[in-house]
Amino acid sequence: MSTQPIDQPKSRAAFPRRQFLKLSVAASGGLLVGFYLPALSSKAAAEESPNVFMPNAFVRIGTDERITVIVNHSEMGQGVYTSLPMLLADELDADWSKVGFESAPVDPKYNHPAFGMQMTGGSSSVWSGLEQFRQAGAAARAMLVAAAAQRWNIDPASCRTDSGAVFDSSNRKFTYGQLASDAAKLTPPAKVQLKDPKNFKLIGKPIKRLDTPVKLDGKAVFGLDVNLAGMLTAVVARPPIFGAKVKSVDDSKASSMPGVRKIAQIPSGVAVVADTFWQAKVARDSLRVEWDEGAMHNFSSSELMQTFREKAKTPGASVRKEGDTTAALAGAAKKIQAVYEAPYLSHLMMEPLNCVVDLRTASCEVWTGSQFQTVDRANAAKTAGLPNDKVQLHTTFLGGGFGRRANPQSDFVVEAVEVAKAVGAPAKVKVVWTREDDMQGGWYRPMFLHAIEGGVDASGNAVFFTSRSVGQSIMKGTPFEAMMGGKPYDPASVEGIDDLPYAIPNITIESHGVDVNVPVQWLRSVGHSHTAFAVECFIDELAGLAQKDPYQFRRALLQKQPRYLGVLDLAAQKADWGKKLPKGVGRGIAVHFAFGSYSAHVAEVSVADGKIKVHRMVCAIDCGQYVNPGIIAAQTEGGAIFGASAALFQELTFADGRLQQTNFNTFPVMRMNECPAIETYIVENKEKSGGIGEPGVPCAAPAIANAVFAVTGKRFRRLPMRLSEAV
Amino acid sequence: MIAFSVNGKNVNLDVDPSTPLLWVIRDHLQLTGTKYGCGMAQCGACTIHINGEAVRSCVAPVSRAAGKSITTIEGLSPDLSHPLQRAWIEEDVPQCGYCQSGQLMSAAVLLREKATPTDNDIDEAMTGNICRCGTYPRIRRAIHRAAGMKMTESPR
Repeated sequence: MSTQPIDQPKSRAAFPRRQFLKLSVAASGGLLVGFYLPALSSKAAAEESPNVFMPNAFVRIGTDERITVIVNHSEMGQGVYTSLPMLLADELDADWSKVGFESAPVDPKYNHPAFGMQMTGGSSSVWSGLEQFRQAGAAARAMLVAAAAQRWNIDPASCRTDSGAVFDSSNRKFTYGQLASDAAKLTPPAKVQLKDPKNFKLIGKPIKRLDTPVKLDGKAVFGLDVNLAGMLTAVVARPPIFGAKVKSVDDSKASSMPGVRKIAQIPSGVAVVADTFWQAKVARDSLRVEWDEGAMHNFSSSELMQTFREKAKTPGASVRKEGDTTAALAGAAKKIQAVYEAPYLSHLMMEPLNCVVDLRTASCEVWTGSQFQTVDRANAAKTAGLPNDKVQLHTTFLGGGFGRRANPQSDFVVEAVEVAKAVGAPAKVKVVWTREDDMQGGWYRPMFLHAIEGGVDASGNAVFFTSRSVGQSIMKGTPFEAMMGGKPYDPASVEGIDDLPYAIPNITIESHGVDVNVPVQWLRSVGHSHTAFAVECFIDELAGLAQKDPYQFRRALLQKQPRYLGVLDLAAQKADWGKKLPKGVGRGIAVHFAFGSYSAHVAEVSVADGKIKVHRMVCAIDCGQYVNPGIIAAQTEGGAIFGASAALFQELTFADGRLQQTNFNTFPVMRMNECPAIETYIVENKEKSGGIGEPGVPCAAPAIANAVFAVTGKRFRRLPMRLSEAV
Repeated sequence: MIAFSVNGKNVNLDVDPSTPLLWVIRDHLQLTGTKYGCGMAQCGACTIHINGEAVRSCVAPVSRAAGKSITTIEGLSPDLSHPLQRAWIEEDVPQCGYCQSGQLMSAAVLLREKATPTDNDIDEAMTGNICRCGTYPRIRRAIHRAAGMKMTESPR
């Protein structure tokens, strides 16, 4: 993103303060208030600031000692504006109090090293940035050392670095700021030596987040907060049914409303553009739009689930096959069948979707909370009819992402460019989605069904496991279909079942893809958000069949899976598994692997007045070598709450083609009074780093469901959990 | 014209009196720290103070502010010195941060009314504020911590 001259004194570590040019505007009443505008481009800043030392794409060191880490992943709450700078700053031996962050502009040099494009998702920012950011810090350090050695005319090898300065053997020192202009003249080293992990000063420590202060005084700039001089605001009337088209529009009322500047049909609906949001919203609501409702006009999610149930009776594409489940089924002493159902879900970020576009005749600038910079910029450029390099995309803070802001079609970005085109370049427009617009706008976690059968022998040993998943692929028909790897099924539909870790000799796993014209995509923990519920509830049922303790039953089947066992044991031990609980309180356990990390939860619940109360959740996480344990705890807590919200409250349903939920009152989120006490324990090891944003989600639902069974003797077979539906 | 004060400054606005205060604060006064989340007093992201009381500004018409004194997150303290802001930093509360303005503004009224709130007091005062990232356990700890600070370090 943009920068500013580095010689200016800067306030502490905060991107909006440093990166946004402060302007003053006179509000209509004469109150002078400050607001922030994205300012100079990096290039302009570099030209104006010859003393800046930017040895690579990821760090800039100023003569004022400020160290700015340019972060190529989006900050949506998961802490990347802290954890990635920690990696770089540790190798640099920086003074942490001088370290700040900035979001990267769109450029191939900021591509995700594993995924080949600039994006944030898959719980991958830290593991994919480990080398990148450490290398960048080490390279900068080597150049600062070389600059100091040159000044002293000594061997660089005799220098050491500490806290933002280079020292010689007699403790003479130059600070990094003093060396910045000299270092800028040197050539970056071809190879650098990374630190021995035992010398880490930041990595592995619970360093406080750099982005906290700006989130406590209103200064953090989210997409919705971007205000450009002369900017208009648009609200769009979108089809009430997926695939519906505008038949006619009566805008006679709206067009004469105060502040309304333009009403235009765009591919996604009818846009009302006004001076302010409220004017646009009121005018939009007064439109009378007749829709050609199209093929989905009588779509019903409950009828769709019925077709899933039928489909589950027929063989699907083979995902995994071991042993002979048919023979094992016939020979099993006891067997059990269970069909698990999970609904459509909305990401429901606290900040509803929005996008600001400044469209000029030969260029375009976009400001939004994007998780998908490469895709969003390309789609914006295509829509604007401009080459990619004429489009700048600025990544603001994201008021939550959970996958929704990584849309394969860049729906919210493309639409904003369409609105700007309808207004006519030059045009500055902010498109704001109301909460209802956001919830009804599609791209949900798809509805799923998992039909599972398993059995035990006379001694209670699990002998077979079969599962058949039915649901809509999130990849098929999108530019990301290649991620299916040519398989006859979408791996994201069965992830978390396909790698069933339990030592069961006969396993058959199948998948059915169902085409539905409801736009769906990844939602935090993706397939694991429903597969873990099915698998871990079923394993509990199998333990019941074997008349064994659910924890011990899992232990016995995970003897060859040390990392599963590690988190399972840790969670059980910290939760005092097996110790007596007060009457009416029960425990449930679940373990799962997702995004490179192992997670186990133990939930303690009670049931009273027809309601499930979760009192405590004990979470164990093994994400291998970690960077910031404070952030890991926060993500694990947040993941458990996210998973519990879905498990207890959330369901999107369709009738007559229309979504029946509109806002937080019909699609609830866990609140303070419902939130359990949560403890997080991290497994210490030297394994490869895994993800942390998503792995905390999957175990919440099955741990809670299994705990409710411990109290009530009833099983949940569908989400969200309704006591009236327990069997 | 509607006159009121915002964070100690007088404003006089020519605006449709039915406009929700939230959008007057955000669009007319350009104070963007107060957030939009639901538009129907469900989530608390828009919480501000009118004459010291926590109000969901998304459903309060600007006319309700006439002659009153409004405080937004930008006016909670000039320099992050409010005990709640300090406690929020100590407990590393925010994740995405979008709901935190509203959380702080609700918590500020709680703390003024109850110097040492119990967990039940916190449930009661904070249940109207949704956090989708799940920072509730840290918010709870931070409120308790701020209560301690208030007694020992902030005599006002």
